[in-house]
Formats: sequence, C-alpha cells, structure tokens
Amino acid sequence: MIEIDIIKKLHGSHGDMNLDINITINQGNFIALSGKSGAGKTTLLRVLAGLEKSDGEILVDGEIWQNNSIFLPPQKRQIGFLFQDYALFDNMSVEQNLLFVNQDKKLANELLEMSELQELKARSPKGLSGGQKQRVALCRAMMRKPKLLLLDEPFSALDETMRKKLQKDTLMFHKKFNTTTIMVSHDPIEIYTLASRVILIDKAKIIKDGTASQVLLQTKGSQKFSFEGEILDIKSADIIKIATVAISTQIVEIVISQKEALNLAIGDKVTLSTKAFSPTISKV
Amino acid sequence: MFETLINLDFEPFAISFKLAFITTIILFTFALPLAWWLSQTLSRTKPFFEAITALPIVLPPSVLGFYILVSLSSSSPLGAFLEDNFGISLVFNFSGLVVASCFYSLPFMVQPLQSGFESLNKSMLEASYISGKNSFTTLFKVALPNTRASLLTAIVVTFAHTVGEFGVVLMVGGNIPSETKVASVAIYEAVEIMDYTQAHLYSAIMLIMSFSVLLSVYIFNSKSKKVGIV
Repeated sequence: MIEIDIIKKLHGSHGDMNLDINITINQGNFIALSGKSGAGKTTLLRVLAGLEKSDGEILVDGEIWQNNSIFLPPQKRQIGFLFQDYALFDNMSVEQNLLFVNQDKKLANELLEMSELQELKARSPKGLSGGQKQRVALCRAMMRKPKLLLLDEPFSALDETMRKKLQKDTLMFHKKFNTTTIMVSHDPIEIYTLASRVILIDKAKIIKDGTASQVLLQTKGSQKFSFEGEILDIKSADIIKIATVAISTQIVEIVISQKEALNLAIGDKVTLSTKAFSPTISKV
Repeated sequence: MFETLINLDFEPFAISFKLAFITTIILFTFALPLAWWLSQTLSRTKPFFEAITALPIVLPPSVLGFYILVSLSSSSPLGAFLEDNFGISLVFNFSGLVVASCFYSLPFMVQPLQSGFESLNKSMLEASYISGKNSFTTLFKVALPNTRASLLTAIVVTFAHTVGEFGVVLMVGGNIPSETKVASVAIYEAVEIMDYTQAHLYSAIMLIMSFSVLLSVYIFNSKSKKVGIV
C-alpha cells in the first residue's frame, strides 16, 4: 500500500499554487493521473521518485520514503520511471542499458524477449525508432523490479500502432511484476484500457477520483450522449444560426437559436448532448 | 637558416610539452569534480565559484604570476610552511611552473567540461539515479561517455594553452635553461638578443603546431556531430 500526503509549492504559469495531494493507493493498482498541463501531475511523479523535494509523507509498504526527518534519494526508492523523451544512455547498447541497472542477465533477456526486442539488443539506442526506444526504456525500468512504476506521458510522442503495442507491454509487465503503476495521460482511450482508478488533478488539487467510467464518462442523468467541443464559427442562415463545433478531431454543424447564439462566442468550450433521441450506432 | 635549424635547441619545447602534459593530467583530476558540481548544483554560491574559475581568463598573466610568486615564495606563510616541513620550494623551478600553470589553465579545463555536462539530457542523468546509481557512477558511466567532444576540447585546449603561456611562466619560473625555459620564453629571449633566425624558427614551429592541434579538434568535433556523438 502506498500512502501519499504531500504539499509542495508550485510556481506555474497560473501563478503560485500549493500542490496538495493526499491519497492511498492499493498495491497492484494501475492509476491514471489526468488533468490540464501545469496542474502538477509531473511534479507529483517527480516527488514520488525523489527527484524533487516536498513537505509531507510518503509511505510505501510500511517503508518511509519521506517524512519530516527522512528523505530517501531516488537511488534508495525501488522505482521505475518512464520519461517522455526516453532518456536512454546513448553510450551503451540496448542490452547494456538494462544491465547498467543491475547485472541480472537472465532478467534482462527475459524482458527483452517479452517485448520482442531480442534482435535489437546489441544495437545502439541512437539508431532506434521512438517506439523502440520507449520499449527499451520500459524494460530498463523493470530491471529494478520496481514497487512503483511511474510513467510520465510515455506514449504521447508515438503513433497509434506503437502506442497500442507499448500499452500492451506496460500492462503485461505491470501484471507480471505485480507493481503499482501511476501513469500521467491525457488519452481517454488509453486511460480506459489500462487504468483501474483515475485521479483528475486541476490547479494542483485532486478534483475527481474514481473508476475510469466514473471520471471519464461525460453524460449526466438522462443525457444519452455528451461531448466536449469548441466553437469554431457561428454563422447566420435566414432566421437561424449555425455553429461549427470541433469535437476531438471531427467538426460538426449544429443549429442554434438566436438567443443561444448571444451567449456563445468563437473559441468557447461547450458540451454537446441530447436527451430526446437514442443515438444510432453502426459499424464503419 | 638550415644550419640553425639543425643546431636548434629543442629543449624549450620538451619542457613546454612536459609542463603541458603534467598540468593537463593534474587539472583534469581536479577540474572534473568541480565542473560536474558546477553543472549540477542549485547552490547560490555557484556564481561565486564560476567567477573565481574564470578569473585567469581576464586577469593579466602578470597579475596572476605576481600573486602566485608572492604566495609561494619562502617569505610567505604557505611558502615557508612547504619549505620548512617538506623542503619544497615552488619558485623558479619546474614544480612552481606546474602549480602556476594549473591556476592559469583552470578555466580552459573547467568551462568546456561544465558546458558539456550542462548540455546533457537532464532526464538521462535522472534515469541513472533512478537506476540506483550514485553521482560518481553517473559521472563516469553516463555523463563523461556522452560528452566526448567536450572532453576532448577541454583536454586539448588546456594542453595547447599551457604550451602557449608566457607571462605567468616568466614571473614564477624565470628563464633557467633546462629547468624553466619553455618555448615561449625562449622566443622572447631570442628576440631580446636579436637572434631573429632562431625566433622565426621557434615561432613558426609554435604556430604550425597550435594550428594543427586546433584543426584536428574542430575536425573531430564536426565529425562527432555528424555521427551524433555529443
């Protein structure tokens, strides 16, 4: 079990805030941390890793990682960390990157085999693709058999196929090594597929904490469906107004009344939902 | 001129190179931890140490030489202590030159190393700490191998700069043949006694050597960039 109760001053783009996090995480959980950028998600990961100092306590399986008098440096915390920019050691081969953590050749081979990287083990990281690099970094992170695996938007720079492969590998390692994993992510599909608990952070505070569907589902009460979008344009057509709204990567046109149009401007964030009709779903 | 070349005394060059070699080794040993600390520290004292390190670049060599001479002479507490306890005198001999050169060339070793370390990907170093490695292992196994170009620049420029020093050497070492008469001092002496042939030859040798050394460093660095060695 991991008990976190920390406070840390953040100097963000929105001014000074106090990162105030108090949560208990069960061993073996897969947690997704979500929220706007600058909300303090990465800082929380770095505090857990011991890369940054904060006030308060972190207790992992009864072991004190930090309190008022004790502060374990990253070296003494049994963690794995996946950076957005891979952070591989360029002067070492793929296999050496793993063995640098510890000399357990058997484990290194097993990890490389599990993520189908055996053939690349003698290669330098410099020649690898982004996806391959992150897979190597994931294997390296597992070499410490971490109690806590911290992932800082690890897949955001990768294409769809590679992201799926890495998500699969991450879940596989998470289960095999029975680690507790905390992942920063913005991707609802990724969060839904991987995480058993989602924590939403805004302005350095936890604003939602629950299962993926509790936190991510946008519909309320009798709403049949609901999407968040942004108004791109509002134009007049005879007596009505038509708003062009961007939802994720799609653009739709919605008829709105003159009265509604008065309250809306280009760039506004809006929710699109319907109650009266059942949405039709058909395979494409 | 050809005859002068054959009879040319190469000893000043030998002394210059010996001095540069020893200075480079000593400086590398001391400057490496200093540069690493400067590159990693968040301490408020950092600008103070950076300024001290950079002083020899802006100070006239005569000022530096004067202070070293004064503080090492047997009339100073430090000089007297060394002389009384260890029988070491550090002025007007080769050992004194080494001490003076170490001060004089310090920034040329520290600054390239420091900027090399600072340009490293920060998360790569953090990944090493998270892998359980201390600062020492991280420095030697991760930071240094990934700053090869800066390392080479630091070593070569320190060596070349020490070979080229004049003012400090003259102040602290004087001009004792086979002991402290380095190449630059030998050129000065040749000009003073109006032996221009010898001055020409010494100067030409220095010029060609310095240029070749710098050229090879720049060639290596541009090749490293192409193949992605940082």
